[in-house]
Amino acid sequence: MGMTMTQKILAAHAGLDSVTAGQLIEAKLDVVMANDITGPMALPIFREMAEKVYDKDKVVLVPDHFTPNKDIKSAENSKAIREFAREQGLTWYFEQGKSGVEHAILPEAGVVAAGECIIGADSHTCTYGALGAFSTGVGTTDIATGMATGELWFKVPSAMKFVLTGKPGPYVSGKDIIIHIIGEIGVDGALYKSMEFTGEGIKELSMDDRFTMANMAIEAGAKNGIFPVDEKAEEYLREHTKKSYKVYEADEDALYDEVVEIDLSKVRPTVAFPHLPGNAKTIDEIEAMEPVKINQVVIGSCTNGRMEDMRKAAAILNGHTVHPDVRVMVIPATQKIFKQCMKEGLLDIFVDAGCAVNTPSCGPCMGGHMGVMAAGERCVSTTNRNFVGRMGHVDSLIYLASPEVAAASAIAGCIANPEKVGDR
Amino acid sequence: MKALGHVFKYGDNVDTDVIIPARYLNSFDAKELASHAMVDIDPEFVNKVKPGDLIVANKNFGCGSSREHAPLCLKTAGVSCVIAKTFARIFYRNAINIGLPIIECKEAAEGIEAGDEVEVDFDSGKIYNRTKGTEFMGQPFPEFMQKLIAAGGLVRYTNTKKEA
Repeated sequence: MGMTMTQKILAAHAGLDSVTAGQLIEAKLDVVMANDITGPMALPIFREMAEKVYDKDKVVLVPDHFTPNKDIKSAENSKAIREFAREQGLTWYFEQGKSGVEHAILPEAGVVAAGECIIGADSHTCTYGALGAFSTGVGTTDIATGMATGELWFKVPSAMKFVLTGKPGPYVSGKDIIIHIIGEIGVDGALYKSMEFTGEGIKELSMDDRFTMANMAIEAGAKNGIFPVDEKAEEYLREHTKKSYKVYEADEDALYDEVVEIDLSKVRPTVAFPHLPGNAKTIDEIEAMEPVKINQVVIGSCTNGRMEDMRKAAAILNGHTVHPDVRVMVIPATQKIFKQCMKEGLLDIFVDAGCAVNTPSCGPCMGGHMGVMAAGERCVSTTNRNFVGRMGHVDSLIYLASPEVAAASAIAGCIANPEKVGDR
Repeated sequence: MKALGHVFKYGDNVDTDVIIPARYLNSFDAKELASHAMVDIDPEFVNKVKPGDLIVANKNFGCGSSREHAPLCLKTAGVSCVIAKTFARIFYRNAINIGLPIIECKEAAEGIEAGDEVEVDFDSGKIYNRTKGTEFMGQPFPEFMQKLIAAGGLVRYTNTKKEA
């Protein structure tokens, strides 16, 4: 029986010729990553098991959640992983000013590559599936074990296959497609499974679109999301990493629990309403409703803080001003993206429109800092979760959207269609 | 090994942001985290929960963030077992790793109500609703899992094995 792409990567890392869904394996890890929330908690557990990390080139620490540190406790946590990184001589420790949001900086800096087996103590670690890697989020105990031993047990997942066809419309990006998919299958639609994206429609998706889609696989309950490594992915890898990488392909007779076909030409700009990422509504449905007035817009995060996201938001905002009732935070996900925004004049566009441009950080996404909401406030956000209280007060509301919908909404003061933003 | 206590009942998709909101994640002190457990879905939980009590929920319990703070704060608050129709996968691993017993059982999730007194026998997987006199069968916990829970989690269990 054939294997899925994920199963092939797992088999190779477990030293096995083949694996089947449900099998328990122990796999070797190529990258083990933690951040300033999960990392400090892992250190005492790590120290119970080992003195030295299994490989100083493979254990990666990224302070990004509560950085620049929002309070004394966060500063102590960042300090703990900074000192640990120095003590262990870690190659990949990303300090503020040379860093960014973990799932943006790791691909950009070439830390992750195709065919690898990666764990991160952050649920959105599934992002690197865009590069054709097996990559999944774990908790603190698992990450501490990975740091100490370089191995972890996994239950081999079964898979759902998503066959993408057609070409998305001009204002439809990876975010709309993935919210559409989660809306179709539900927030536990892929529970414990791999989401394998295939089909000729993939060539129409940029790498940034793919990062966004793989990033949100967890919002459907998936263990990982994964894309085939095509010409575009190889070009990205050549440009960003010095690592040698391996390309895996699913067998033609691989077994899938379900095959879902998505015609990208039919996907509309799509927004996830509170309080679930699967609560999807198309922009046409929203336009038929009473306007949803908003107080805040966030453009950034590991989901949509990449260069293409910045360009798309700027193209909409160019020459417009932010609605007087709305506060807008633009957060480029890495320093490199921040600088590129500067070079291309995008920071001028954002600032002239009345947006606050912030330093790379997870910031308001998880209600940490830099844009926490009060009771009754509503936010259109390019982030990944709209759970109760996620961005602040338990009575605040989050609408997940693409950078273009977010930018259009910033101008209109309510959730708006980017297709209809008028000339300046 | 047994669990015995009263039930707190919740619905679908109880996410880790409501179990322990990110605003409290600047600490990983188990007692401090426990003092905020479930605050955004049930502010009364921490005042009412007693050692041994159980949580029963519908599908996809623990979805969202990978924060191990979530099962840890429930265990430290006194929760002896979580029963749900299904669990989100990262929460599932994390709960076992820190020694919080969890059981997937659709029938029990449907047949148990808030406030019911429930007994779980981990050897047999039997879930007994004392209040209603009804019984459900979950998966029994294998011996290693019971030892892991008794040791207080995966790391201590592994270290105990090393010393033995």
